Amino acid sequence: MRTFRIPDQVARLAVLFAVAAVALVVVRYIFVPKSFGKLGHYRAAAVDAIASQPVRYAGTQTCVECHTEEAEKKGNSFHRGLACEVCHGPASEHASDPEAKKPFVPRERGACLYCHNYLPSRPTGFPQIIEKLHNPMKPCPTCHNPHDPTPPHVPGTCSACHASIARIKAISHHDSLECETCHEASPQHRQDPRSALPKKPTNREFCGKCHAQNAPSAKEIRRIDLATHGGRYLCWQCHYPHYPEGR
Amino acid sequence: MATTCERREFLLKLLQLPCSAVLLSVCGPLPLFADEKKEGYDAGEHYYGMGIQVDKCIGCGRCAEACKAENDVLRQPYYFRTWVERYVVYGDGEVTVDSPEGGIHGFSAAQSDREVLRSFFVPKLCNHCDNPPCVQVCPVGATFKSVDGVVLVDKDYCIGCRYCIQACPYGARYLDPRTKTADKCTFCYHRITKGLLPACVEVCPTQARVFGELKAMSSPLRRLMRMSNLQVLKPYLNTEPKVLYSELDREVR
Repeated sequence: MRTFRIPDQVARLAVLFAVAAVALVVVRYIFVPKSFGKLGHYRAAAVDAIASQPVRYAGTQTCVECHTEEAEKKGNSFHRGLACEVCHGPASEHASDPEAKKPFVPRERGACLYCHNYLPSRPTGFPQIIEKLHNPMKPCPTCHNPHDPTPPHVPGTCSACHASIARIKAISHHDSLECETCHEASPQHRQDPRSALPKKPTNREFCGKCHAQNAPSAKEIRRIDLATHGGRYLCWQCHYPHYPEGR
Repeated sequence: MATTCERREFLLKLLQLPCSAVLLSVCGPLPLFADEKKEGYDAGEHYYGMGIQVDKCIGCGRCAEACKAENDVLRQPYYFRTWVERYVVYGDGEVTVDSPEGGIHGFSAAQSDREVLRSFFVPKLCNHCDNPPCVQVCPVGATFKSVDGVVLVDKDYCIGCRYCIQACPYGARYLDPRTKTADKCTFCYHRITKGLLPACVEVCPTQARVFGELKAMSSPLRRLMRMSNLQVLKPYLNTEPKVLYSELDREVR
């Protein structure tokens, strides 16, 4: 009678498979980190390691716990949205041991200029100075308290905040026009800009006061026929009033 | 008869053998007895994103500076987790982009006689994509999207192959020459898990950067999402960034 016997070559192959399988498990056990695959295809322990990095910026909430006076002053000023550590630098060491480490106090001109030096790319309305013209060499805190930077004098000209517009208007035919010719602004706007926004012209007739055929303005000013020129569009939908000759 | 039956049994067993090996290797060390530590922070309850209001950015570069100080990023140029770019669109349609030292030392007024149509600053950082190409290419699982949606790098596991740096369409990664591992923005993971804001958001003077919960009922970010016309960078790549830009110019790449 024939008895079934697993052929030798198959048995050897099976042993080989078994050894390989065991080796795989053992190698994986040794080399794959314990937390790998717990949350996904990565070491879950890495998340905790990253989260345990030391904190350097303590955060404004921490600063105001002790510095209540400055916080109150700043909280009612133009700098109300500004975090303490923007100017004073990372201060968590100071927060954990106030005596051992004092935060940086900028007293030179440079620090304020990061934000307030004139750059045409900055959004209009942001207060900017031209460093070389604005009280040269004088450190900013001599006139402005950084915790309440309201200028000692209200800005004399609109260009203090609207420098980009002032620059382009200066090379345009509208150079001789005062801003107030078109933008009626209450004095309040200079004190607290957002509480009283300046007005803007609302109709074609406003520009017509100078540019209409029968306007009582200088002869050299370009005239248009208000009734037909530009169809239904308002003047500033095509012409940039601060640079009307621009394309 | 008996022979055929045993043969079938044998074949089945032969099939089971590699199957079980594969199963074991997939399971690896069984996660059955994983100790579930309950600490103060539960990642499952959070899903983070950042909003950037381009029209509010004044280009002061304080974000880039704070990021380097907070995260011990190398001081030399070209190593940035976040940086600020200045876009200038000229009248003839040409666009120039510059970012001198990431904007850390501010920008100098560009002198040009050409007519400038518009100019603005755009802060950049890792977009923490919901579908991150950098994670797909990592051969060892050293970079990953955490449960709370932040794309992180496991420095102890990274082999420094630079695949992820190549794969990132936003140029947000660099190789840290000290550790020879990839590095990038973590949304200041060590801060947000403690309830603090990321350093760049903390110091932004005009609140151009808004950080918060993408899925919470009420958060500053949620408000921005409600009130603004949001865009993401390179939407055609389907990376689904979680850094959302409002008032983004079409020229921004």
